[in-house]
Amino acid sequence: MMSKPITVLVSIDSNSLLLGARHFKNYLNTLVENYNLSSMVEILETGSFGDYGRGVLFLVLPDDVMYSAKSEADIEKIVLEHFLKGRIVKDLVIAEFDSGGSVEASESSNEERIVLRNAGSIDPRNLEEYIALDGYQGLAKALRMTPEGVIEELKKSSLRGRGGAGFPTGLKWEFTQKVRSDEKFVICNADEGEPGTFKDRLIMEGDPHSVIEGMVIAGYAVGASKGYIYIRGEYFESVASLRGAISKAYEYGLLGQSVLGTEFSFDLSVRLGAGAYVCGEETALIESIEGKSGRPRLKPPYPPVSGLYDKPTVVNNVETFACVPPIIDKGAGWFRSMGTQSSPGTKVFSLCGDLVKRGIVEVPMGTSVRDLVHKFGGGIPNGRTLKMVQTGGAAGTFIKPEEMDAELDFDSFKKSGASLGSGVILAIDETHCAVDIAKNLMEFFAHESCGKCSPCREGTRVIVHILNEFSKGRGTVEMFNQLYDISDTMEESSFCGLGQSVPIPLRSILDRFENEFLSHVNSPVCPVGVCKFDKPEKKKR
Amino acid sequence: MSVEDVRVTVTRIYEDISGQSLEEGDILINTLHAIQDHYGNFIPIEAAEVLKELTGTPLSKIYEVLTFYTMFSTHKRGKYVVRVCKSLPCHVTGGQAVIDALKNILEIGFGETTEDGLFTLEETSCLGLCGVSPVMMINDEAYGNLTPERVSEIIHEIVSRERSE
Repeated sequence: MMSKPITVLVSIDSNSLLLGARHFKNYLNTLVENYNLSSMVEILETGSFGDYGRGVLFLVLPDDVMYSAKSEADIEKIVLEHFLKGRIVKDLVIAEFDSGGSVEASESSNEERIVLRNAGSIDPRNLEEYIALDGYQGLAKALRMTPEGVIEELKKSSLRGRGGAGFPTGLKWEFTQKVRSDEKFVICNADEGEPGTFKDRLIMEGDPHSVIEGMVIAGYAVGASKGYIYIRGEYFESVASLRGAISKAYEYGLLGQSVLGTEFSFDLSVRLGAGAYVCGEETALIESIEGKSGRPRLKPPYPPVSGLYDKPTVVNNVETFACVPPIIDKGAGWFRSMGTQSSPGTKVFSLCGDLVKRGIVEVPMGTSVRDLVHKFGGGIPNGRTLKMVQTGGAAGTFIKPEEMDAELDFDSFKKSGASLGSGVILAIDETHCAVDIAKNLMEFFAHESCGKCSPCREGTRVIVHILNEFSKGRGTVEMFNQLYDISDTMEESSFCGLGQSVPIPLRSILDRFENEFLSHVNSPVCPVGVCKFDKPEKKKR
Repeated sequence: MSVEDVRVTVTRIYEDISGQSLEEGDILINTLHAIQDHYGNFIPIEAAEVLKELTGTPLSKIYEVLTFYTMFSTHKRGKYVVRVCKSLPCHVTGGQAVIDALKNILEIGFGETTEDGLFTLEETSCLGLCGVSPVMMINDEAYGNLTPERVSEIIHEIVSRERSE
């Protein structure tokens, strides 16, 4: 891949594009041509480097220098100084995820890449680059093993589902494999809709073949011959990336009839979502693929027994599938050497909100919230103080700064009250009001409730109404307590995981910010100055 | 557009997409996306009739799907559909000011279309671009790191481009 003396890698993922990556890359191209450097400099597009806080990132090889460009002038400097004169432009150089001088950063954890092993180093549209870096080795090895052997290896690895629930992947595959059926399916859940989560997008845009390879291995292991990747309708770039990769994989005999010359056949196709958060729930997703509105089914039976078209079906998250090929290739022991006892391996975190460095980072399971916020996220910008962190996505928990030593894995919710969920770290600084945050979040759930069951449909509506009253200065202590009552009802009687999990973030923010909620009852104005009270002079005490 | 036109168009789109089918019924939503793209931001109600005949799916089921998913619309929308993110990661990084700016500049609320038929404003849940929040999409183009000023520039750019055409 390095035929010319200098190679420049630039991230062309959806987040980078919004920072002007395409424009800067074209400008770089023009300059390289203008200075007659075309035979010297190769410009390649790649997936995400993970960091969006500091402009568009360019990695120059073989010098291994990472530049951050914010303007055309920066690009020009790189060409004139580095390419023409061989001098590194020091003021544009950045270290990948350096601690940024943050005092609270610890040295206990470092980035470790399994899922993102290729993102930011290969051209995602070039299958040969993926193959050159051991791509499809896992599949080749799996096809030489028995299906039971593949499942055994996965069970030994203790890989757990990265979509949020953490169900053991090997066990799920074993259930599916053991059901006798003329037809079985493998589905990749790429309906990434958990607010704050953008890791699956960047995996699909940065390394689509890792997902395809994981799915083909799953097909072989459970005895399925067809698979679907269900991608959000809004993820245009991910859809294009996967469609392109699938057609390449067909060309190379990695999909279709007799995969890699064996008797195993596997077809794969992309299906689009159309804007429904609930379709991230696996049975709602299955309904959607069948061409119906995405309302969840009653469980059991679970998909491994009766899923798509009532056939046994494996449904896994994008990140889970991307973990599979290296586990088969390098063995369960290697995978277990990272992470924690109950949750081995790594986790890709989406860092967002009030952070200096927003982006994605892949670290061993068990990394603390403090490290994610301060070491990888660079701390809180504008000299402000952190007020709370929501971990795990919209259905995740809110924690206070003093709880940030919580180490995130699948058991951390039980141990420390901080949920891993889909790996979101949403930092919220002191300028925000807990009532306003809760209201925004609950409006999301009210909007996304599918309406099938009344605890969720009506519960979210009443919660929003109450929080709205608080934000107008009309809340009461009885209303505050009512929020807990509704939470209990929703948790116990909602039909699916959406309604059942709404109480998790709600209770966590009510518990931790009770005083702030109640000060909306007793004070003439919002204590933080965010909520606009209606008629403060007439407010009931 | 006549019913016959819709029949010809929808049939062609359906046949194009049939090649992706692995199982019966699995391409309905992909087909609806393609029909919506073709007509520009909405699905004419006649298309549902045609799909009923092509797929054998009852009309009520097709209507249900059309109205369940937020990306589909049975009403004609503006040439530019502005989808602004309302989720928490955008909200904490200045999303409300961006939403207020859009409503002010376009002089419409959510679900409404400007009088000139150019813009429809819609709210959306997380678009998965939280690394550069707050964000919005205008048709299939995304915009990040928004401020009220930036929103104003983007909208005015589109308006002046439209006027000069």
